[in-house]
Amino acid sequence: MKILVGVKRVIDFNVRVQVKSDGSGVVKDGVKMSMNPFDEIAVEEALRIKEAGNAEEVIVATIGPKACQEQLRTALAMGADRAIHVQTDEEVQPLTGARIFKALADKEQPKIILLGKQAIDDDNNQTAQMLGALSHWPQATFASEVKIEGETATVIREVDAGLETLSVDLPAVISVDLRLNEPRYVKLPDIMKAKRKPLETMSIEDLGVEHVAEVKVLKTVAPAKRQAGIKVDSVAELVTALKEKGLI
Amino acid sequence: MNSIYFNEEHTMLRDQIRRFIEQRVMPVAEPWEEAGSVPREILQEMGELGFLGIRYSAEYGGSEMDALGSVILAEELGRSTFGGFAVTVLVHTDMASPHLDNFGNKAQLDKYMPDIISGKKIVGVAVTEPDVGSDVAAMKTRAVKDGDHYVLNGSKMFITNGVHGDLFFVAAKTDTSVKPSRGITIFAIEKGTPGFTVGRKLDKMGWLSSDTAELVFDNCRVPAENILGEENKGFYSIMRNFQNERMVLGAQSMGEASKALELTMDYVTTRKAFGGVLFDKQVIRQRLASLASQVEAGRQLVYHAAWLDAQGLDCIKEVSMVKAYCGELVNKVMYDCLQFHGGFGYIRESAIERMYRDARIQSIGGGATEVMLEEVSKRMI
Repeated sequence: MKILVGVKRVIDFNVRVQVKSDGSGVVKDGVKMSMNPFDEIAVEEALRIKEAGNAEEVIVATIGPKACQEQLRTALAMGADRAIHVQTDEEVQPLTGARIFKALADKEQPKIILLGKQAIDDDNNQTAQMLGALSHWPQATFASEVKIEGETATVIREVDAGLETLSVDLPAVISVDLRLNEPRYVKLPDIMKAKRKPLETMSIEDLGVEHVAEVKVLKTVAPAKRQAGIKVDSVAELVTALKEKGLI
Repeated sequence: MNSIYFNEEHTMLRDQIRRFIEQRVMPVAEPWEEAGSVPREILQEMGELGFLGIRYSAEYGGSEMDALGSVILAEELGRSTFGGFAVTVLVHTDMASPHLDNFGNKAQLDKYMPDIISGKKIVGVAVTEPDVGSDVAAMKTRAVKDGDHYVLNGSKMFITNGVHGDLFFVAAKTDTSVKPSRGITIFAIEKGTPGFTVGRKLDKMGWLSSDTAELVFDNCRVPAENILGEENKGFYSIMRNFQNERMVLGAQSMGEASKALELTMDYVTTRKAFGGVLFDKQVIRQRLASLASQVEAGRQLVYHAAWLDAQGLDCIKEVSMVKAYCGELVNKVMYDCLQFHGGFGYIRESAIERMYRDARIQSIGGGATEVMLEEVSKRMI
């Protein structure tokens, strides 16, 4: 059984993101880039499934410019067996991303596709769901526990009301949440070995997918600075203050 | 970080060490300062992750990276804010064990290297004596040949990992009839060897989680097969190893300085005073900007020296500059960073207070600034 895992290169979670002065996006030059933390959890889970004897191969894939190979190398150093880089300098939105993963799934025939529930750059939280729909595979999103037994995955997912347990037939798409696992530290000897693991490069066209941008970003602005609050002594004062501001 | 010096492996190594230190060290290291030592389990965990064998042979579990790998380790350890923890590791990886790696024979490497790389055995280096520091050739510890053994007498001072270490590389005079630099030999001596005792644990101003001791050799019999490298050539081994030691101390200093500036930035951009935050004051932001520029320059000099070393080029002048410049600079940075923390910086619970004390040794240990500048000046004429 193969597991396909999606990883995305994003601005590191520690970076204080700055909006460009012309509003055309955020500053990425000279900024530390890393693997999307949710995707790191997905890679870790795939490796654990493999180490438990429930899968033979873990394939990691990314879509983006050449520099994204750094994140693939990190996943290989963690223990993935091989990597696929779908190279493009264009911005890829969730639907195109899902179509690309559908094409990769057709090619590789994995039993499980593991994705982060969202990427911390645009926070779309759409690709896994779209991929489930496109491939007509069952989907289990926001996983906080995954158990594989034969041709079935039992997934505990975090929902607003608490925890929900799903049983899905494989092949399936699973998107992972923060509490699923804690990714391992990568050993230096494994970092050194990662360079020798196979990394295949292809274009979006090679996969027969058309690059479409359905959503156009008009402008990027930083959130307004929070104003300092005031203290009130009673509920009556609070109600008056809220009324004055036109909030109730 | 965009840099001409680092490749993908270097970057991944840095990420892993940084994460390890932020998660596994910084939240729990405070008690180590009180205990005066770093728990062995942490060192073994670092060993399992390959952090203790960055440059050593894959045959023994190492990763065969270049000097830039050591620099990354030292910088990231420096960023931990616990200088004592940092130096515990660095003495093991970059000040003591290189003696074995550089000059040990096959049998010695086979015997010790796997345990050193995995963190099962912690090592130290014993050159300095109560009356002899940078002037290595003046050492008094004697080793007299007796059959197939040597008998050592003397004591060694300020030995990092001295209390808890397992194996020491000890320098002693084996020939007093020649020029002092031509009669020194290095021995590998295990803790527990009869005649070898820990004299006393030393109380220091800083680096509190590092155990430092005086080691005493009283008719300590050591087999001749424990000689590292050639007999009477120890002085040259020591001089060679000083280069790496000084380079990593420079890197550690710059890691410490960078972290101190970050902590201070956090403080001065939130601390309110006179209707704004401290960073609004031109004098404060100018001074921090100036220090940040100097630290960046120091860092690049460290990288350059390590790069020269990685290319196999002579870098004694550059390494001496690194040690002199970075050892002084980190003290200047800590002084100002503590100043900008105000009264809080003088309180024991603030990281900057500890970092200020930890920094003081950086212009002394491993080659005092004055000695380093002499090395530079010799290479200017």
